[in-house]
Amino acid sequence: MLSRNPPRPVEPPGLPQPRGPLSAALIDALKHGPVAQSVPEDCDPYGEDLQLALYCSYELHYRGFASVPDDREWDPTLLAARASMERLFLYALRADVAGGADDVDVDAELATLLIEPIDAPGVSHHLRRDGELWQMREYVALRSRYHLKEADPQALVIARLEGPAKTALVTIEHDEYGAGNPDRMHAKLFADMMDALGLCSAYGQYLDAAPAEVLAEVNLMSVCGLHRGLRGALVGQFATVELTSSPGSDRLVKALRRLEAPAAAVDFYAEHVEADAVHEQLIRRGVIAPMLAAEPALARDVVFGIRASGLLADRLSALLLDCWGQGRSALRRPLAGAMARTG
Amino acid sequence: MPEVGQSAVSSEVEDAQEIVLTDDGPILVCGPVEIVLPDGSRVRSDRPVTALCVCKRSRRQPFCDTSHRSRVRIADLAHDIAQEEDRAQPQSAATR
Repeated sequence: MLSRNPPRPVEPPGLPQPRGPLSAALIDALKHGPVAQSVPEDCDPYGEDLQLALYCSYELHYRGFASVPDDREWDPTLLAARASMERLFLYALRADVAGGADDVDVDAELATLLIEPIDAPGVSHHLRRDGELWQMREYVALRSRYHLKEADPQALVIARLEGPAKTALVTIEHDEYGAGNPDRMHAKLFADMMDALGLCSAYGQYLDAAPAEVLAEVNLMSVCGLHRGLRGALVGQFATVELTSSPGSDRLVKALRRLEAPAAAVDFYAEHVEADAVHEQLIRRGVIAPMLAAEPALARDVVFGIRASGLLADRLSALLLDCWGQGRSALRRPLAGAMARTG
Repeated sequence: MPEVGQSAVSSEVEDAQEIVLTDDGPILVCGPVEIVLPDGSRVRSDRPVTALCVCKRSRRQPFCDTSHRSRVRIADLAHDIAQEEDRAQPQSAATR
């Protein structure tokens, strides 16, 4: 019930370096006060500039930034800028994942996630087979953009659900937050893994290192969590994570053990093998089934959430495997410091 | 103490432990549970819901680790998907 560890002081992170005119204007507005800005129509919806600007806009709803006043969260000028960026991002995603008549077949969509490929070229397969420690550390540093606030974007949807779907989603979230034990909170286990791998587990660390492909995945969760109209998509996104996480986490446990990582570094993914085998059942039977029975019209958005998550995950996977295949860092700023041997 | 009668019996029934059998995977049990293994040893799970393996394929007995899922080669999957002409965006779990 109570943590065995001393509480850590809450310190909002510093602002990142801009990556183009859009993020430069946004970061400037956060620092000095909002000014109206327009988003160029030809702005790459998946590009570094837009994804960083969008990420910073959303971060005001999570932990904020040092030196940025808290009330900027609801500044109408900033919200207007955010809305234009969201339109571009969502338009691109919808165009890129549109299928055909099966756009509303949630069961078929989920079924594709429940088949386990044994010869897949994905990141967790690579790390399990022949990943190196520096690649594992890069992967964990990049994943910290989400896992240090794990379950927070999905908690935003709770108030938008009704009845049994809400109960089951809260059960999953309760487990994510440690099921009453603060030391078992998944974000805490992730921070412990970062420390054990010699990484810095402070909340805002590695934002400048994270490429757009990483930010886009988190931005999808945030946009779907913050918009009631996208509650179906948020559930689809969450389902994708929960359905695919268990086997992927098992491969990462094997990778960390093969790389002789300390025990504290293995715990996070080991926990997810078991936890997400439960969450998969709960989100399918407890959340999606009753939600669609009550609101059948949400099926299209659930499918959209599943496909958009898959698309963005594939983009990140391609980037990581491409960089690592060439023997170079996938980070915008390579990690400093040697591996701390604490185990 | 509740009165002895129909209402007490029915509330007792309502309070019974719910166990969910899934058609394709584990058994779901609510609340913290202690599981007695065949060798007499005990394993505890404090999760709000626990998924117990019944297919015997899990490598984390007695808990489900999704090993019951069907496994395919990507090459075979790609062939199947190619036959579905309408599907513009096949999903793959490859990255995760």
